[in-house]
Amino acid sequence: MQSNLTALASPSAPPIRAAHAAQRSKRVEEPLTSLRCVRGSDGKASGAHRHDPWLVRWSLTLAALAILTVLIIVPVVNVFYQALGRGVAVYWHNLFGDRNTRHAILLTLTVAPSAVIANLVFGVACAWAIARFRFPGRAVLLTLIDLPFSVPPVVAGLMFVLLFGLQGYFGPWLRDHGIKILFATPGLILVTAFVTLPFVVRELIPVMEAIGPEEDLAAVSLGASGWQMFWRVTWPNIRWGVLYGVILCNARAMGEFGAVYVVSGHIAGRTDTMPLRVEKLFQEYNTPGSFAVASVLTFLALVTLALKSWLERRERREIAEALTDTNARREP
Amino acid sequence: MSITVKNISKRYGAFTALDGVSLDVRGGGLLALLGPSGSGKTTLLRVIAGLESADEGVVLYEDEEVTHRSARERNVGFVFQHYALFRHMSVFENVAFALRVRGWKQAKVRERVGELLKLVRLEGYEKRRPSQLSGGQRQRVALARALAAQPRVLLLDEPFGALDAKVRQELRQWLRLLHREIHCTTVLVTHDQEEAFEVADRVVVMSRGRIEQVGSPREVFEQPATAFVMDFLGHVNVFQGRVRNNRAFLGEAVVPCPDYPHDEERLADVYVRPHELDIDHRAESPASLAATVLHVHPLGAVVRVQLQAQAGDHSLNVELSPERCMDLDLKSGDRVYVAPRRARVFVPDYSI
Repeated sequence: MQSNLTALASPSAPPIRAAHAAQRSKRVEEPLTSLRCVRGSDGKASGAHRHDPWLVRWSLTLAALAILTVLIIVPVVNVFYQALGRGVAVYWHNLFGDRNTRHAILLTLTVAPSAVIANLVFGVACAWAIARFRFPGRAVLLTLIDLPFSVPPVVAGLMFVLLFGLQGYFGPWLRDHGIKILFATPGLILVTAFVTLPFVVRELIPVMEAIGPEEDLAAVSLGASGWQMFWRVTWPNIRWGVLYGVILCNARAMGEFGAVYVVSGHIAGRTDTMPLRVEKLFQEYNTPGSFAVASVLTFLALVTLALKSWLERRERREIAEALTDTNARREP
Repeated sequence: MSITVKNISKRYGAFTALDGVSLDVRGGGLLALLGPSGSGKTTLLRVIAGLESADEGVVLYEDEEVTHRSARERNVGFVFQHYALFRHMSVFENVAFALRVRGWKQAKVRERVGELLKLVRLEGYEKRRPSQLSGGQRQRVALARALAAQPRVLLLDEPFGALDAKVRQELRQWLRLLHREIHCTTVLVTHDQEEAFEVADRVVVMSRGRIEQVGSPREVFEQPATAFVMDFLGHVNVFQGRVRNNRAFLGEAVVPCPDYPHDEERLADVYVRPHELDIDHRAESPASLAATVLHVHPLGAVVRVQLQAQAGDHSLNVELSPERCMDLDLKSGDRVYVAPRRARVFVPDYSI
């Protein structure tokens, strides 16, 4: 009783933390609540469902399955079927026999990780600033971070063309100094980083706010330097959140089409990334080749999905722990 | 090691958290900063620790100025209100943290951490995570962690605030014993008067970013310097009256007031603690006030009597011993006289 009173009297960490954690788990909670509904309806509610006419039950279930099959399962399976339809040898040849396709795969494996690393560094620094400090312009910064989500990718690409193109502001200077950005790998990395910028930051801000600054301050008061504090205390607390952001960021970076299309100049064997290559092969009536590359992208997407749900399960467990933690604090 | 704070001010936008605070903490002492929330006590503690920088003023450790040193360089042990234990580390690693960042050898770390866990009576808990400990145990880990690198001062922010009454009681006594053992200058922040009085040998009462009074628990309680201190520390009855020539007048009652020798009559507040009022069936002194008994609440060691004063419709609380209450045989509705054995008169400033 008394501890409840003090918790009310001092409007400090535990209740606020609980609120943050709840906020953070919103995304994770959705499947949880739906699970709970199913379980909860085991009693009276599902008893009522059992008495629904079988026609209604079956037709609704079949309709749902049909939609799922037509919209998701068939297209995804078809990608692999089309790609592998003529045997593994042909598939292999389609992927690695063509010099330009080979280069496209390599280019995507360069551009996406570079953009992800740039966003990782920026994301951690930016989330730190926003979650830990109150400064003028903080609200503006928060809005700016979301800008790449609302700007259409094609427009994003055009913005960079207008900046770095020969008619752009930096174009002539860059040409004079022999630096190529547009129609080259740096341009691809720049636009990809721009388009995927919000993922890591957006994921980290709520995580860092939920954790709060106290552990960091404790580390400093115990004599840790800035780097010691970051690597020994901050990083272990945020690493799963960072990984989550990185996975989403990477998936988007590899699949990006619009912005990359504009700045790449579409030069086969030089600036074609995998999505661009898929489109080009398809336009050239090379359907098996196009599906082969598409199957690699689809496979990467499935891996991303698996990693993502694994991380979410892990995160949910940690949130549950953190919540019991908070409760234990309030009622020791 | 003594701490000196001179003229510290700190503002957050329009809010003044500290307003020219000066304070001396004796070396080896245990001092409590006591005040309501928003009084600036935690800010002062953080300024002493170097976790917050003051807008004005200086902080000295002994004779060394540390105002512009970071918390890292000051070598303080700070215990946070909610412990702030490193959640991903074991108890052992939590306590070892300060030693690891100082580059201690593993064998020495193990020895020192063992020593500290023994001191806080948590041997055998080395491998546990903070989430597997009770509130009281976490608090002790936080203390051991803060003490690991032999800090020059130990600073505790509401250390027992999040614990339940019984654990709090035990930890207070334990902290006293611990302090006697390690003799480290300690500053403790609390909003709980009982806690401050029980643990500390000196108490600083703060209000709205200023220090109201500094003294031993007894001094602060017995001779409150201001009306705020009187009001904040325990229950009190407040009477509005007038003062003139060393006397205060409350209706027909007269109370001595040696602090006001002037001819000019002024309004004043008279403060009397419930246990310093006596009840009688007759008016025994010129200070007696006629009153009617409303309720009698037996509370164990004392009996609290609620009364209504006849002059000014004033409600009064009186605490009597159960024996005295039995002698008087009080019932609701009885008409009695209440006389203060002791009263404190606070005359508002002349400048107002």
